[in-house]
Amino acid sequence: MAKIKMKKKSTSTDMTAMCDVAFLLLTFFILTATAKIPEALPVDTPSSTVQTKMPETDLATLTVGKGKVFFDLKGREVRVRTLELMGEKYGVTFTDEDKKMFSLMEGFGVPISNLKQIIEMKSADRSKAGQPGVPMDSLDNQLKEWIYNARIANIEVNDKELQIAIKGDAKEEYPAIRKVMDICQDQKINSFSLVTGLRSKDF
Amino acid sequence: MAELNTDGGGGGKGGKVRSKKQNSKVDLTAMVDLAFLLITFFMLTTTLSKPQSMSLGLPDKEDDPNKNVDIKVDENRTMTLLLGADNKLIRYVGLLATPVAGGAPKDFSYGKDGIRKELIARNKMVLEYSAAKGKPKDGIIVIIKPSKKSTYKNVVDILDEMAIVGVGVSGSYAIVNDFTPEETKLLDGK
Repeated sequence: MAKIKMKKKSTSTDMTAMCDVAFLLLTFFILTATAKIPEALPVDTPSSTVQTKMPETDLATLTVGKGKVFFDLKGREVRVRTLELMGEKYGVTFTDEDKKMFSLMEGFGVPISNLKQIIEMKSADRSKAGQPGVPMDSLDNQLKEWIYNARIANIEVNDKELQIAIKGDAKEEYPAIRKVMDICQDQKINSFSLVTGLRSKDF
Repeated sequence: MAELNTDGGGGGKGGKVRSKKQNSKVDLTAMVDLAFLLITFFMLTTTLSKPQSMSLGLPDKEDDPNKNVDIKVDENRTMTLLLGADNKLIRYVGLLATPVAGGAPKDFSYGKDGIRKELIARNKMVLEYSAAKGKPKDGIIVIIKPSKKSTYKNVVDILDEMAIVGVGVSGSYAIVNDFTPEETKLLDGK
């Protein structure tokens, strides 16, 4: 009897095209992803259900935690200009190298007299340096000057008003946050973005 | 497909060693698996690393007290929330000395079983009250008073409740920092 021979089908599919697409997407996501910069002052933000994304540019972030305030600013050119203005105000000169480093570094929390040391450190050492926070008492209110000069710099560079985001620690007492808000309100900044995590409505 | 011609030189005559035809196909399954895993990782991290934010608008601060104009509001529409230490939350409706019916100072907890139910119920009552008065658009006015011992989390939680209940849509809410002595006593006592 003639046996009907089943044609042997290959079970393996051609993966090349799939592989191509997968790696193309992978390359895209790797290139668009922004590397997470280690925070100078790690804070545990409270959660909320509101889902408003933070602006990517024209933003100054004030991190409040453990009674200290750290200042961070988005945009390299804005940072350089802010540093120049602050240098003029407090009589500290920064070299071009300092400015470049400052434009790339993360938030900081030191008086301006110590800023040069922080700039010269390696980024791994900065988080260990034990930065005391930007001074903001009534005698030496450098935080106010930083915000003020950052606003000027942002208008000069981007021609837009600077947004203020407050990133507070969940356990921070309210007066500390209020003090920061008061400093902003003295400059007629009345709208803030409070940085929060995300949660569902059933809490 | 990346296949190499491994055929040894074509029809050679005798004496030539025929090389064995090797399969040059590489199994790409594992590679694709890995690639998709990484894609998933990068996709999720790029969108999740963007922090969420909550916008907060505060009224203009006027240093000159003469310029502050007091606006009279109906006390039946106001609800005051006092935030104290250790997640303490007290609410009263109307004036502290003469609260409206059922609005005497009372402790509440944060979250959906505590203050949210109360806020929804009161919001409805105020809207009915305003509708009866012929101004159906006047919603509840919530006054948030964070004390010195309250934490930032408490404030964000309450602002979140305002967003969930929708106080800002029909009525309004405000953060007030002035405490009357009676209110301080209320928070410290009990």
